[in-house]
Amino acid sequence: MNTISPYPESFQEKQSIVKPYKLVFAEIDASMRFPVVFFLSCALVWLIIGTVFALLSSFTLHSPDLLPNWEWLTFGRIRSAHLNAVSYGWANNAVFGVGIWVMVRLCQIRLRYGWVVITAGVFWNVAVVIGITAILGGQITSVEWLEMPKYVTPILGASFLMIGAWGIVSFLYRESSHVYVSQWYLLAALFWFPWIYVAVQTMVIWFPARGTVQAITNWWFGHNVLGLWYTPVAIGVVYYLIPKVLGRPIHSYYLSALGFWTLALFYNWAGVHHLIGGPIPVWLVSSGIVASVMMVIPVMVTGINHHLTVVGYFDKVWHSPTLRFVVFGAMSYTLVSLIGSTMALREVNVVTHFTHFTVAHAHHGIYAFFTMVMFGSIYYVMPRMLNREWPSALLISVHFWCVAIGITIYVGGLTIGGWIQGLQMNNPEILFPDVVKHTIPWLMSRSLGGSLMALGHLVFFVHFTWMLFSKRVKSGPTLFRELKEEGVSSR
Amino acid sequence: MNNFSSLFIGILFTVAFSFAGIVISSQIQYGKLTPVAMEEGEMTYPRPPVGIAEQGKEVYLSMGCIYCHSQQVRRKGFGADFERGWGNRQTVPRDYIFQKRVVLGTMRTGPDLMTVGERLTDPSWHYLHLYDPKLTVPSSIMPQFKFLFKTQKVKDAPSANALKFPAGYEGAPAEGYEIVPTDRCNDLVHYLLSLKLNYELPEARFSE
Repeated sequence: MNTISPYPESFQEKQSIVKPYKLVFAEIDASMRFPVVFFLSCALVWLIIGTVFALLSSFTLHSPDLLPNWEWLTFGRIRSAHLNAVSYGWANNAVFGVGIWVMVRLCQIRLRYGWVVITAGVFWNVAVVIGITAILGGQITSVEWLEMPKYVTPILGASFLMIGAWGIVSFLYRESSHVYVSQWYLLAALFWFPWIYVAVQTMVIWFPARGTVQAITNWWFGHNVLGLWYTPVAIGVVYYLIPKVLGRPIHSYYLSALGFWTLALFYNWAGVHHLIGGPIPVWLVSSGIVASVMMVIPVMVTGINHHLTVVGYFDKVWHSPTLRFVVFGAMSYTLVSLIGSTMALREVNVVTHFTHFTVAHAHHGIYAFFTMVMFGSIYYVMPRMLNREWPSALLISVHFWCVAIGITIYVGGLTIGGWIQGLQMNNPEILFPDVVKHTIPWLMSRSLGGSLMALGHLVFFVHFTWMLFSKRVKSGPTLFRELKEEGVSSR
Repeated sequence: MNNFSSLFIGILFTVAFSFAGIVISSQIQYGKLTPVAMEEGEMTYPRPPVGIAEQGKEVYLSMGCIYCHSQQVRRKGFGADFERGWGNRQTVPRDYIFQKRVVLGTMRTGPDLMTVGERLTDPSWHYLHLYDPKLTVPSSIMPQFKFLFKTQKVKDAPSANALKFPAGYEGAPAEGYEIVPTDRCNDLVHYLLSLKLNYELPEARFSE
């Protein structure tokens, strides 16, 4: 079999005899309505909170005396509040909503015991609130990606297990005869995240290992939370939505499998490149560099597979709100990963390490790739949850352009600025205070891009709320422009 | 790939492989390092930290200093850490064995602090720098930590630890008042002054 489709032929045949499959999906969607809407609403609130802290941090960095001199507003804390709000608040809730929706749909079962998931979700979100409050209050661990104090993390872990188990149980009781590529990614992510989270909490926070073993464990986690959690979920969602909206199968089954297993093997090892030149054994650094470079394989394979699925249909991509975001994200994934592999080379890393280049790279991955895919997915999922269309194509368009231009300015500015910063830092004839001074214009460009992104988020939030509470039922999907050809029913 | 168990074994194997290869093997290889002496019978290094500096480390952690300051020196020839005077030798795993929380850091918005206690030995420099960084480094973008100080009435005589501002400084306190560091601030400065890399290890000698 060279091609695969999100719904196998057997299923389509079976359903067309019994029921039109759209009706079956409607029943599955109805069973997930409350959990999915709950998670996505939480995600949106966290997105706004995270954005507020992001802007405060960004402006503080180039204008340090802007905010009142209150302890809880100091840069180290608001920057960490931002990271935790967008990571554990926005991104995880989005994954819980979108990822598990895709999983359950592909398993073709109706969700039972949704209240268990919602309860776990409430615990998760309360824990994040406590964690971020504690960070602002000074109980910050100063371990990157793990700033929340240790009394919060067991609640997070337990809630995750309950939510994740639900995805895994859906898989075990699936009624589909066929397992689609998205399910591999989602299943893997649901196993990987608890493993790396429990391991790092144990060895760094609860029972700290001696010396720089902590740093290695920290970055094994720090990189894998992107590589083994957000990335596989987002790729799984891309694999689901592109064929779904375009109504055509993924180009190649073999490329999907190759992409999945090489990602699983290499991404795992790549994290040590955050410690190049640091006080750890050289062989570990070298293994991290090799794995980072090998990541070119899964990235190119997945990129080619997506591209060949989409090629010839760019018109549809451009007019579908879902795909405009999702394809932007998928293209960013290819680009950011190739930059990441390059950054792991010692010759490049000696410049980019310790600079804003890394910050640009992190946002390139978690925002231009992951978050854009999640935006696109939410545009697809919500109408199916509420049986209601998005009220305004204009607002979707404003959202897209604000965040697309915003993140481009952000990543572009800090990439150039970070590179200059790195070159100057390695030139001892330039005094360090001058190196700092020269970064300021680039930090300002970040505030500009960030403000645009914030505007986009605000528009999205208003639109989301409007849709949630509107009574109006519009017929037909909200598209950027009405399609001429028949037969496209999806967004 | 329709078989759950083969899919699951693959998923499990890949993460177990990296966990064993990166984390567990590091722990086995150097998770039990101890201080050493250069010559038999000499003082062993690194030295365990003293109490007040340990308390200062807590302040360092709670302010999130790590997000702009690293504490690691790269070898001579890889970057300009040596030329900038941030350390005479590269840091090695043994240097960190007494740190309950290792704060290597991955960002140098500000300079590396591994040897700041050797470079800037005057406590009053640090107090002024924390109060208003631009007093000591005019182009600094470090936040002010004024909340680590308190303003109080001068009693019989000015306190010994009151900040001495340069003439004409706008933020100077009113006549009859003085600004003194809090205990947390004292601890933090003690911690910063304790950051030194003034010893050699068998595996890390000073660079020429």
